[in-house]
Amino acid sequence: MSEYIAPVRDMQFVLKELAGLEQVSKLPGCEEATPDLVDAILEEAAKFAEGVLSPLNIPGDQEGAKWHDKQVTMPKGFKEAYAQFVENGWSALACEPEFGGQGLPKVVNACVTEMWKSANHAFSLCPLLTTGAIEALVLAGSDELKATYLEKMVSGVWTGTMNLTEPNAGSDLAAVRTKAEPQADGTYKIFGQKIFITYGEHDMADNLVHLVLARTPTAPEGVKGISLFVVPKFMVNADGSLGARNDAWCVSIEHKLGIHASPTAVMAYGDHGGAVGYLVGQENRGLEYMFIMMNAARFGVGLEGVADGERAYQRAVTYAKDRIQGTDVGVRGGGKVAIINHPDVRRMLMSMRSQVEATRALAYVVGAAHDAAVHHPDPEARKQNQAFVDLMIPVVKGWSTEVGVDVATTGVQVHGGMGFIEETGAAQHLRDVRISTIYEGTTGIQANDLIGRKMAREGGATIKAVIGMMRRLDADLAEQSGGKNGEHFAAIRQRFAAGVNELEKAAEWIVANYAKDVRATSVGAVPFLWLFGIVAGGWQMARAALVAQAKIDGGDSDPFFPAKIVTARFFADHQLTRAQGLATTVIEGASGALALDESMF
Amino acid sequence: MKILVPVKRVVDYNVKVRVKSDGTGVDIANVKMSMNPFDEIAVEEAVRLKEAGVATEVVAVSAGVAGCQETLRTAMAIGADRGILVETDAELQPLAVAKLLKALVDKEQPRVVILGKQAIDDDANQTGQMLAALLDWPQATFASKVVIAGDRATVTREVDGGLETLEIPLPAVITTDLRLNEPRYATLPNIMKAKKKPLDTVKPADFGVDVAPRLKTLKVAEPAKRQAGVKVADVADLVAKLKNEAKVI
Repeated sequence: MSEYIAPVRDMQFVLKELAGLEQVSKLPGCEEATPDLVDAILEEAAKFAEGVLSPLNIPGDQEGAKWHDKQVTMPKGFKEAYAQFVENGWSALACEPEFGGQGLPKVVNACVTEMWKSANHAFSLCPLLTTGAIEALVLAGSDELKATYLEKMVSGVWTGTMNLTEPNAGSDLAAVRTKAEPQADGTYKIFGQKIFITYGEHDMADNLVHLVLARTPTAPEGVKGISLFVVPKFMVNADGSLGARNDAWCVSIEHKLGIHASPTAVMAYGDHGGAVGYLVGQENRGLEYMFIMMNAARFGVGLEGVADGERAYQRAVTYAKDRIQGTDVGVRGGGKVAIINHPDVRRMLMSMRSQVEATRALAYVVGAAHDAAVHHPDPEARKQNQAFVDLMIPVVKGWSTEVGVDVATTGVQVHGGMGFIEETGAAQHLRDVRISTIYEGTTGIQANDLIGRKMAREGGATIKAVIGMMRRLDADLAEQSGGKNGEHFAAIRQRFAAGVNELEKAAEWIVANYAKDVRATSVGAVPFLWLFGIVAGGWQMARAALVAQAKIDGGDSDPFFPAKIVTARFFADHQLTRAQGLATTVIEGASGALALDESMF
Repeated sequence: MKILVPVKRVVDYNVKVRVKSDGTGVDIANVKMSMNPFDEIAVEEAVRLKEAGVATEVVAVSAGVAGCQETLRTAMAIGADRGILVETDAELQPLAVAKLLKALVDKEQPRVVILGKQAIDDDANQTGQMLAALLDWPQATFASKVVIAGDRATVTREVDGGLETLEIPLPAVITTDLRLNEPRYATLPNIMKAKKKPLDTVKPADFGVDVAPRLKTLKVAEPAKRQAGVKVADVADLVAKLKNEAKVI
């Protein structure tokens, strides 16, 4: 059986060499995050993920969260693990120091979050949702709300939830119907039903703080009439102690394909007279607040693609080394060998490895840009970084999770028939990661956001700048093409340059045609997101290969570096080469997709 | 009461070590290093004694390359108050380490030294005993329970036949066995605080200690691969083989 080992070496490499941890630690407010401290944090987080969270992953999946009498019992061990998680201060890592957080950079939080998710995807959702709720309160909450809730949420003693979805308001939040009736004392009474509420009820915390989207009686129709409310499970007394039970109840939990240990609640508000809610910010601006923090949530879900992919890869490698089957291809009369010796199994493992490394590299680079967008002293640099982050978030979310599904399904394939049997654990990663392309905005929603709001609206200015950055790598790749690993670098250079050209062609087509023919560009949206992800991932892998070569040339004998170059080469040959096909699909794909009359389906 | 906790930086227990091709030792280049697990138990025990009000200060010490600073930071993240590194690139054998530790004891004047019974790299199981001899202090090795009251320590030891309980006067040297405690996971605030705790660096020469190896490593080799077995027809066949081929009965 495979045990999760946090990939600290690759994380450190990406942090230091690609995401620029040193520059991040020079940003005002990030000074504590020196590389040696970050190393220590990664080591200790790895111990916690490997020693506490990972052992609960399979039992948690098998037992699942259980609902009874409007309460949820978590699988065995989860309550204790969460208590330890809180006691050890992990929930406060990236939160504001003002409310008891450690204020560490987002990019460091990304590494640690990846570990929690690899070790136990279902567990990791509780702190992820709490962080989202904290950000909403920090952003828009009144001083009173902040004083009442934030410290307990930052420490993790209370957990948070995000209540957006209703039976008829999924991706289309304009359809939210939950009501909020203003009361004489300035509070509101909330009435309505919310579904798909992750950790909407559980037994790991004394209190839950629900953030709920609802409409006031005077609200305009559509997205401009939605407000955001805090609805605590238990009312909080003036002295901070817990008071009466609020009228917010979990009436059932869902039976799901994966993340069985994460309770997905159906929440009923106001069935017994009205749930007390407190307005966050101003009326009718709820969705706006949600969208600001949505970036962070989408980034977090993007990391699930990396994390489940990493876990699936580790399990597949263990199995492939262990499973003896067949003889070496092309060898007559040889003995039986482990399946890792079979070329197709190698191809699958390299496909998993290279995609995990590429998605990780891109995610951390975007994480570091997020830190610069918040903390950089120069307003122009902040603006540029924010534009980069805004452009890349749908790619990190959409592409990494789609890749995560591909990697996890390849992991099942490596196991052969045993991958289809639950006891190897390979199937769980596929079942768990499958939600990541759906929640916090499906891949389709991400792709529409990318081509519309993030590209067409600004005439493609940011993506053009990014393409320019990609092209600046060519000189270094050309130089290395004559070096010791010249064959690898020449291939990487050729495939990457071709990929960038395809990306540019497709991006230009989208920007030129979005206003004229939004239906056609929308058909190409998801293929374009894939194309962008692959080329951006190839960009980071090419950068990684160049750093690795520089280390080798500097006399470093760490086998990590030659392996990185080979992995970048594999990515170039097996992923970047898909760019041309995807670009064709983006530009030509609408004709077939939209031609049939609805009655023909 | 001050407690001194020596900690050793070793190849991480998860790493599958490889012997260098020239047979001179184990290849530790580019290998993950971490604190010797027995020493982690020693740090945990000392920190618990401090939390219980028995000890007032826990000083972690290490001897070796500059990278040992990380090991000391780990000890401080668990709860040690400060660290001292005796920095040297030289190969350190147990006697040299014991001499360095004696010098540190002379300087720091702790009442108790707690350290791992052995390190998982060389498995020598000598440093604690040698240190006790050099200091002429009582020693209680392989501890699975430690109670300190006044000027005496009651230590339960894991011995071949079961458990043995000793009472020894302080100052004393105690070495830890696996079952003494389960080390905690360092908390994030403590990891961050550890960075700000004092860490002094000294050299062996500052103590006038000659660390030159007394033993010479002739050869390091991997254990022989296990040979394929044979199937025996029945019990009689097995007994015959054990008697005539293996010659063990």
